[in-house]
Parts: sequence; structure tokens; C-alpha cells
Amino acid sequence: MKELDRVRWRCRRGMLELDIVLQEFVDKHYMRLSETELQQFDTLLNFPDNDLWDMITAKKEIEDIKLRSVLQLLRAD
Amino acid sequence: MPYGLLKLYGSNGSSMAIIKRKFDVVIVGAGGAGMRAALQLSEAGFKVAVLSKVFPTRSHTVAAQGGIAASLGNVTEDSWHWHMYDTVKGSDYLGDQDAIEFMCRQASEVVYELEHFGMPFDRLENGKIYQRPFGGQSQNFGGAQATRSCAAADRTGHALLHTLYQRNVRANTQFFVEWMGLDLIRDEQGDVLGVTALEMETGEVMALQARAVLLATGGGGRIFQASTNAFINTGDGLGMAARSGIPLEDMEFWQFHPTGVYGAGVLISEAVRGEGGYLLNKDGERFMERYAPNAKDLASRDVVSRALTMEIKEGRGCGKNADHLLLKLNHLDADVIKMRLPGIREIAIKFAQVDPINEPIPVVPTAHYMMGGIPTNFYGQVVAPYKTGPEEVVQGLYAVGECACISVHGANRLGTNSLLDILVFGRAAGRQIIEDLKKNSHHKKLHTDSMDMSLARLVRLDSQKDGESVAQVGEALRKTMQEHCGVFRFADMLKEGVTKISEIAEQTNHTEIRDKSKVFNTARVEALELTNLAEVALATIVSAEARNESRGAHARDDFSIRDDNKWLKHTLYFREGRRLDYKPVRLKPLTVESFPPKARTY
Ligand SMILES: Cc1cc2nc3c(=O)[nH]c(=O)nc-3n(C[C@H](O)[C@H](O)[C@H](O)COP(=O)(O)OP(=O)(O)OC[C@H]3O[C@@H](n4cnc5c(N)ncnc54)[C@H](O)[C@@H]3O)c2cc1C
Repeated sequence: MKELDRVRWRCRRGMLELDIVLQEFVDKHYMRLSETELQQFDTLLNFPDNDLWDMITAKKEIEDIKLRSVLQLLRAD
Repeated sequence: MPYGLLKLYGSNGSSMAIIKRKFDVVIVGAGGAGMRAALQLSEAGFKVAVLSKVFPTRSHTVAAQGGIAASLGNVTEDSWHWHMYDTVKGSDYLGDQDAIEFMCRQASEVVYELEHFGMPFDRLENGKIYQRPFGGQSQNFGGAQATRSCAAADRTGHALLHTLYQRNVRANTQFFVEWMGLDLIRDEQGDVLGVTALEMETGEVMALQARAVLLATGGGGRIFQASTNAFINTGDGLGMAARSGIPLEDMEFWQFHPTGVYGAGVLISEAVRGEGGYLLNKDGERFMERYAPNAKDLASRDVVSRALTMEIKEGRGCGKNADHLLLKLNHLDADVIKMRLPGIREIAIKFAQVDPINEPIPVVPTAHYMMGGIPTNFYGQVVAPYKTGPEEVVQGLYAVGECACISVHGANRLGTNSLLDILVFGRAAGRQIIEDLKKNSHHKKLHTDSMDMSLARLVRLDSQKDGESVAQVGEALRKTMQEHCGVFRFADMLKEGVTKISEIAEQTNHTEIRDKSKVFNTARVEALELTNLAEVALATIVSAEARNESRGAHARDDFSIRDDNKWLKHTLYFREGRRLDYKPVRLKPLTVESFPPKARTY
């Protein structure tokens, strides 16, 4: 429960683009993520806003294969 | 301990009453403004605490792409005096000319200083900082286009925040991340002694005692339904100031960007129109030709925003609700769009579900920047009519950045002048605090009741029965502001809007949250943010209803022209009794001749 609150807050960003995409993602998918995916999402949230946005809009190659499955969900929304 | 008990102890004066921590300076806000000031102070050896609701480099400054204005003259000849003229004219003569001179004169210096800090500016072939042209920039006092904005690719804000953050860490600035400032602590004399704050992780409320408090909480653009601002921009510093009796200045002036994505608000930059994109109404007409025959789609932001609003109002909007217009790019070569506007294409696909290579993007005028704020002088000291004069310095309180009104932007801000504002005045406030602290070498004693206002608000929230939903009240507030106090303002709508917003503001005092736990309770934080939004909204609509003229971003249907005889003055809104007062615009610059008001044509 508190984990969800924490994650929700960390989806508050400096870029409105991310606010919208991340909030939707949490509403739609968060409850169904596996343990590894939860960790992936956590890693992603620690990226700077611009880098994360570039990853979501596929401008940046996903170097880390381990982040792929969550990023694919983020991209699909 | 529950908040109720804490309050009880507080008024009993028990030793457990206040959890407090002591600093030389407490800064609320870790955006560009707060961090620039913090750096000045930490490097001078002061013990500085910087509070932020989110990690510092996620502050809204990160969203700035366009650049920082400074008359370096690296591309075309330039001078601070021309920059000053443009800023005064852009402000529709409401900007204070002493503060504007101060800012434009220091622009080059703060940019070079940033370069020296390691900011990765783009370079020209000769190694100098690259500059790009922006709307409203001219040479020779209104002549040819000037090239004045210094940028780091499309990541100027990001680079700025990261540079300042690194330097602050090195200088031992103490960051309090995921801490929310709640209220100012003032004594009977009106001096500011600190702030109360909520640590989100633990839910504890603390008094942070300081010899100087600097508010740098950014804008409050979330009062509007259509907003380019991130969700954190709830105007908290303005709420804190207003609740403690400090007036808010020029709140009727909000800049609307003409092209926010319909529904989402995300900004579509002017670059699209620069590349040849143009706006269409439902009849497929390129309507800007009617409103601005010369500049057309590239006319200034307020002009284009008003044109869009007129089209919608006269029934020529698009879609089933006829409530937006279209930004057409699909006549451009697909490769041009892919090469020059890749970011815009992503935004359109993601938020409007259209690929601009094939289809136009639905857009509406969208709230973007708050020109008004907490009244300060150009040293960042908060000035208010208290004690003996109309512009007395409030001891211990400073404000910089979008939350402050110095006023350098007046009735309309020029693009890229805001990052300049936060750097120049962040530094100036830091310097002034260093001076002032020489005189105030001791902390004044905190009274046991100094947390009462914050605790009362928290206790009320926890004990509310059958209350209002935070989400619903927030929705109503944003919708009402959009309808009643948007780009174009009508007397009857404003009047009705004041009543509605007053009711909504009252509802924010009766919100109820289901989760009452202390640890990381975001529902509580959002309920508190809503009270700040309500203060900002009320100040805005009350000030707008009273201003019977059109100036800069404030456009009245019933008073369509600027009226310098009656309205060349700043508005001051006082929360108590929703009273308005006015103070003169400072037309006298520091060293040069004044720029007298003229018709503002581009
Ligand atoms: C999309 C977009 C693009 C822009 N592009 C440009 C540009 O190119 N050039 C330009 O000059 N201007 C631009 N602007 C405007 C400019 O970015 C902002 O005006 C400026 O960055 C504001 O800086 P700030 O430091 O005052 O506030 P912010 O960067 O918004 O920082 C506010 C800080 O206060 C903190 N805070 C808020 N409330 C509390 C609280 N209660 N407790 C604790 N902390 C709190 C936040 O966490 C944050 O750290 C743009 C604006 C937008 C929306």
C-alpha cells in the first residue's frame, strides 16, 4: 500500500509529459507487475526526466536488456 | 504522535511541543531559483537547508528547452540596453524598469558564471556560446531580430539543474527531499522566523527555524484545466505567503501558450510554426491571416492565443464540441518533420494520437507562466505594506523565481527571460541574505504556538467527516478557472467566477481523506496542495475582475484597450477580506532614461 503511494509520488516529475504517461502506467499496470518488473520500474524512475522520456519515446536505444519489458509497456500506452 | 496531540502539547507549552531544527537559511524549493541562491549561501559558509517536494533535478525548471536570454552578442550585435527595451515593451509597460535594468545588465555575467560552473552550452564554430533568436528580441530598440537565447540543445533546463545541483552538493547544501513546506512562522512584529514542514516519509511535522527564509516554489499553473505545467506546480509558496498576511502582486497576469495539445496540455513549441506549420479552423481557414496580416502564425503568444479563443467563441472550433483548433504540418515534407521536429512528432502521437506527417494536431491556448507572485524588490527581499510604509521589507523573508513578482515580466513575459530571472535574482537574493545576516546574527526565539496554524490545518483534515473529495474539488477549480478566467475575460463571467471560486475555496477547507496514516500519505499532501491552488485561483480571479483594461496577457472583452491613466499600476491582493490595493509601477530605471509607455505593436 505505502509502496504504491511512494511510487505514485515518484512519478511526479518536472516534465508534464512524464507526469501523464507514468500516472497512466501506474493506474493500468502497476498492480499486475511481477517482482522483477517492479524493480525495473524503480530503476527507470531514477533516470533523469529527459533520459527517461527519450527511452519511452524510443529515441534512445534500450541499452539495458533488463529494462525492456517495462519500457515496452510504457511505450505501448 | 498524532497531529491532534502535537497541537495540544503545543498550546500547553510543554517541552515536547515543537520538533525543531535550526539553520542559518531555509530555502523552500530546489528549482533553478532556489538552487542558485543556495549555492551563493553555502559557498559563503552558511548552514543552508533546501526543501523540495521532489528530487531537485525533477523540478519544473527541467522542462525548459528554449534557452536563457543574455545580450552576449555572439551571433548578432547586441546590448543589454536593447534587451531592456524589449523586456519593458514585452511587459506592456507594467514591468518595473529599475529591476529590468538590473536583470538585463547582469545577464551576460550570470551566463558566463554558469559556463564556468560547467554548464554544457552549445558552441559556435569559434568556440563561443551558441545563441538562437526568439520572439520579442530586437536590435536597436525595436529594429531587426536579435539573437539572444543561450541554449544547451533542447535540454537547457535539465543542464542548468544538474549543474547547480552538483555544485550545491560540493558546497554542502543540505537537501531535504520529499519535504513539503506548509506555512511561514511569523512573530508579532511580522518578522519571519522559519517555516513548518511535513516530512513525507515519516509524516512528521517540524519547525525549521532560520534567520532567513527564501521561497522559491515555482509557478501555480495547475489552477487551469489546460496547463503546460507539471503536476507539482501548485503555487505552494503563494499559499504560504497569503496565509501569513502577505499580499500577492499582479495575479491577473498569466501567459497562455497558443499551442498546448488539446486535452493533455503538453506544449508544442513555436518551432513548429517557425518551420512553416500553421493554424486552421473548422472551415479549413488559415485564420491567423485575419488577426495578424504580417506576422500571421508567428505573432506574439498573447495575440495568437486570443485569436484561437475568438475562433472557438464564434463557433469555428473543431471537433464535436467545437472546442479546439488544428495545427497543420502535413504539408511539410515528412523528412523535414522527422529531422527537425522529432520531439513534436512524438508528443503528437503520444498525447493526441495523431501522426503530424498525416494529420494536423489538435491544440488549444494553454496556461504556461505566472507573471504575478510574492512582491519583492530586486534584492529578493519581500516587500509589503506593513509597519510604516507601503513597500516595507518583511524581515527574514525573501522570494525568487516564478513564485516571486519583482516585477520584471510585468503583464507579459518574453520567452527565455524566465531562466534569466531565476539566475540573476537567485544570486542577488543570496548576496542580500549574506548582508542581512551580518546584522541578524541570532535566531529570534520561536514561540510554542508557532506551529499552530499548520497543525490546525492537519488536525482538521484528519478529523473531517462527510467531507469533500480532493479530486472533485480540484477538478471544479480548474474547470471554473478555465471557463471564467481564461485567455479572454468577460465581466459577467468574471463576476460569476469570483462567486464560484469562493465557494470552491471554502470547500477546500472541508476536504476529507480516507487514508489517515502518517507514513508517505500522498492523499494528505494533495489535500494540502489543493488549499494552495485555491489561494492562487482566488487571488487571480479577484484581481482580474477588478482590472478594467486590457494589458499584456490580461484581455478584457469589455475594456479592450490599455488604460495607462487609470491602470498603469500593480495590483496587490490581500487574502484577508479579499481586499485589493495598488502600487505604482517603477518607471525610473537605475541609470538610463525611462522608456515611456507606447502602443505595443510587433
Ligand atoms: C514547458 C515549459 C517550457 C519552458 N521553457 C522555458 C525556456 O526555454 N526559457 C525560460 O526562460 N523559461 C522557460 N519556461 C519557464 C521556466 O521554466 C520557469 O519559469 C522556471 O524554470 C521556474 O523556476 P523556479 O526555480 O522558480 O521553479 P521550479 O523549477 O518550478 O522549482 C520549484 C521548486 O519548489 C519545490 N516546491 C514547490 N512547492 C514546495 C513545497 N510546498 N515544499 C517544498 N518544496 C516545494 C519543487 O519541488 C521545486 O523544487 C518554461 C516553462 C514550461 C512550463
